[in-house]
Amino acid sequence: MDLTVGILLGTFVLSILALFFFIWSMAQGLFGDGQSAAAVIFARSQFGMVEDPAATAEQQGDLQQEMDPNEKYYDYFDVAMLAATRERLAARRRLRDDAAHRTLADQSSAGVVGVCLTLAVVWLVLASFAGLISSIKLHAPDWWVQYDWLTFGRLRAMHTSMVAYGWCSLAGIGVTLWLIPRLLKKRLIGAKYSLVGGALWSTGVFAGTIAIGMGYTDGLEWLEFPWQIDILLVVGGALVGFPLWLTLLRRKVEHLYVSVWYIGAGLLWFPILFVIANWPGLHFGVQQATTNWWFGHNVLGLWFTPLGLAAAYYFIPKVLGKPIHSYNLSLLGFWSLAFFYSQVGGHHLIGGPVPSWFVTIGIVQSMMMVIPVFAVAVNQHMTVLGNFRALAHSPTLRFVVLGAMLYTAASVQGSLEALRSVNTVTHFTHYTVAHAHLGLYGFFSMVMFGSIYFIMPRVMNWEWPYPRLISLHFWLVLAGFSIYFIWLSIGGWLQGLAMLDEKTPFMESVALTLPYLKARSIGGALMTLGHLVFAVHFFAMGWKFGPTRLGAALLEPSLFLRFTGKRTAT
Amino acid sequence: MSAGKSFWEMDELRLVIGAMLILGGATGILVVLPYLLLEDVRPPAGLKPYTQEQQIGRRSYIANGCMYCHSQQPRDIKQAPDFARGWGRAPVAGDYAYDTPHLLGTMRTGPDLLNIGARQPSKDWQLGHLYQPRAYVPGSIMPPYPYLFEIRQGQAQPNDTVVNLPPAFAKPGEVVVAKPEALALVAYLLALDRTYPALLPLGKADNSAEAGKDKR
Repeated sequence: MDLTVGILLGTFVLSILALFFFIWSMAQGLFGDGQSAAAVIFARSQFGMVEDPAATAEQQGDLQQEMDPNEKYYDYFDVAMLAATRERLAARRRLRDDAAHRTLADQSSAGVVGVCLTLAVVWLVLASFAGLISSIKLHAPDWWVQYDWLTFGRLRAMHTSMVAYGWCSLAGIGVTLWLIPRLLKKRLIGAKYSLVGGALWSTGVFAGTIAIGMGYTDGLEWLEFPWQIDILLVVGGALVGFPLWLTLLRRKVEHLYVSVWYIGAGLLWFPILFVIANWPGLHFGVQQATTNWWFGHNVLGLWFTPLGLAAAYYFIPKVLGKPIHSYNLSLLGFWSLAFFYSQVGGHHLIGGPVPSWFVTIGIVQSMMMVIPVFAVAVNQHMTVLGNFRALAHSPTLRFVVLGAMLYTAASVQGSLEALRSVNTVTHFTHYTVAHAHLGLYGFFSMVMFGSIYFIMPRVMNWEWPYPRLISLHFWLVLAGFSIYFIWLSIGGWLQGLAMLDEKTPFMESVALTLPYLKARSIGGALMTLGHLVFAVHFFAMGWKFGPTRLGAALLEPSLFLRFTGKRTAT
Repeated sequence: MSAGKSFWEMDELRLVIGAMLILGGATGILVVLPYLLLEDVRPPAGLKPYTQEQQIGRRSYIANGCMYCHSQQPRDIKQAPDFARGWGRAPVAGDYAYDTPHLLGTMRTGPDLLNIGARQPSKDWQLGHLYQPRAYVPGSIMPPYPYLFEIRQGQAQPNDTVVNLPPAFAKPGEVVVAKPEALALVAYLLALDRTYPALLPLGKADNSAEAGKDKR
């Protein structure tokens, strides 16, 4: 039997066995606590109560009306929960405790969350401009060429690094810092360390971006920052991560909600990936390429994806006031994601000078990824099912649900792209770039937008001043991204076909992409405009613009306000 | 921490152990194993180490992000017509023995460059092309790199390397002089030549395409 086929079959059989092991162990309760854990995110009064601090009072009302026919859900939980408390008095006391815990949790994290998310928004805007200018340079190559730091090859790396480590990581960290105390019903322990950590991290991103502009780069995709600067990110990341794990170990809740599994694992995985991949002097030649893509895909699969899914798993049920469809399915999704996603990196080197088994494992596990993807898709879709009109009323939900849907799309597309026949066309083309944006933008960034819209009113004790700007942001980035993705995918596919045709001169594969590259710039410009709207709105909120309102969302004056010394909404 | 549970019943522990085992396994397969297998790969006889100038040029290639548009890994003739385009045979691991950091690349906005030194060995062409790609390749979307060159009014100095641009692109009274960085970069590009026969696994029949097949 052909060796490659043997490896292929072997990997496949092993993966299937591993999957059955997961399912068996879950049936045994080894990996989680069943449906009751799904209720952890709700206080007892909250079943059936919608919640979206980003929504106006009117939207909240519509949203509640939309969700009211779902009473059966909270009936089930009310019975389950109240039966356990036995006495009404005890129940009322616990109700008060829950609210107190939540206030305490939100206050303990408000300062550091506010800082991380503010930095993230700044990085988003800077990264958008770097990306947009890079995009324009591809069809206007003689534009802005005098300065070395503005050349395409540097600007592109600045764009990807600012997106990955500036916007996505800091947004993910900010959202995580806010989620963890809520999910664990516990004050964030050591918030000031997280604050220092977030600042160090951002300093690292700043220094790294400048270094790339000056031509100091490690030269590996997604690992461009010079390793000396990476130390800042490692120390900063550790300072952010330790308080989160400390809080986890002193939690008050019995069950770990699925978001905590994702976050806890992501916080362990990322530093390992980052340190191994960046270790100076360790890697060489082709071996370095295998490590590069082991990292390149894992940073998406084991860092951004867990943080994004953790947020989606919290905000979708939270806004709807309705628990996720199946808690066990979400855990199956978690463990199968960890197992399969961690091994897919090889598909980036199909056709490259690497051992065939390396590539084969990557392809098989990429196909196996449909399991965690469908686990998440079915679960989140079934939660929203029947309530799609809620998307019209909840700004948070609109972004997060769109992001969750695009997660499914990006993942299925990724699995298909790993197939040798498809990869032969798409590898080395703009199609891959479009795909990368579907994952990191369509999925992750959309979920982060929604999460930030939910979180910031809690952090600032101030409502979003101009609700219409949220809609404008949504439609701008949706329109921009649709143009970006659709046209660049088509252009990339045609580019790939042209390169595979021996009779077509190479230059034709360049010429035919030009209209698509221009379309990409138009889409990118709309996205950038959307981000500017978002950023302006974000800072308008920070400076307490807009009508003084006391929304349903408001809690006690938070720590963040003491930092900024701003007037409170009283 | 949930009271009344034994150490082993804690969710945190399952999480840490599970997450670490899984990542450990993946790292073993995708990082450690290739490390052990490729550690002993020797450079082929036909491959020379980079000179100091070529190394400086290679650093310039990295600093300016050339690898974001140019791959350095021609594909096998069974997969793509790379060989027919003159990009060379499919490479083997040994071809990259001196390549750290690796520059395999993921994109072909421009052509593969693993054998650009063999395909376009003219130093003049390479220098001029870096100064203004569209002077040599109509329709190219490669950026020009004017900051690697100096414009002199009038005469060049005796030690200057003057770029001989095509008449349509040369401005009268002006000479374009290559800075050392441009010369080093071109030295590196010209060193990109893996046209020597690849090392074959023992017992394999010859033919360069077979050597590149991912069966090592």
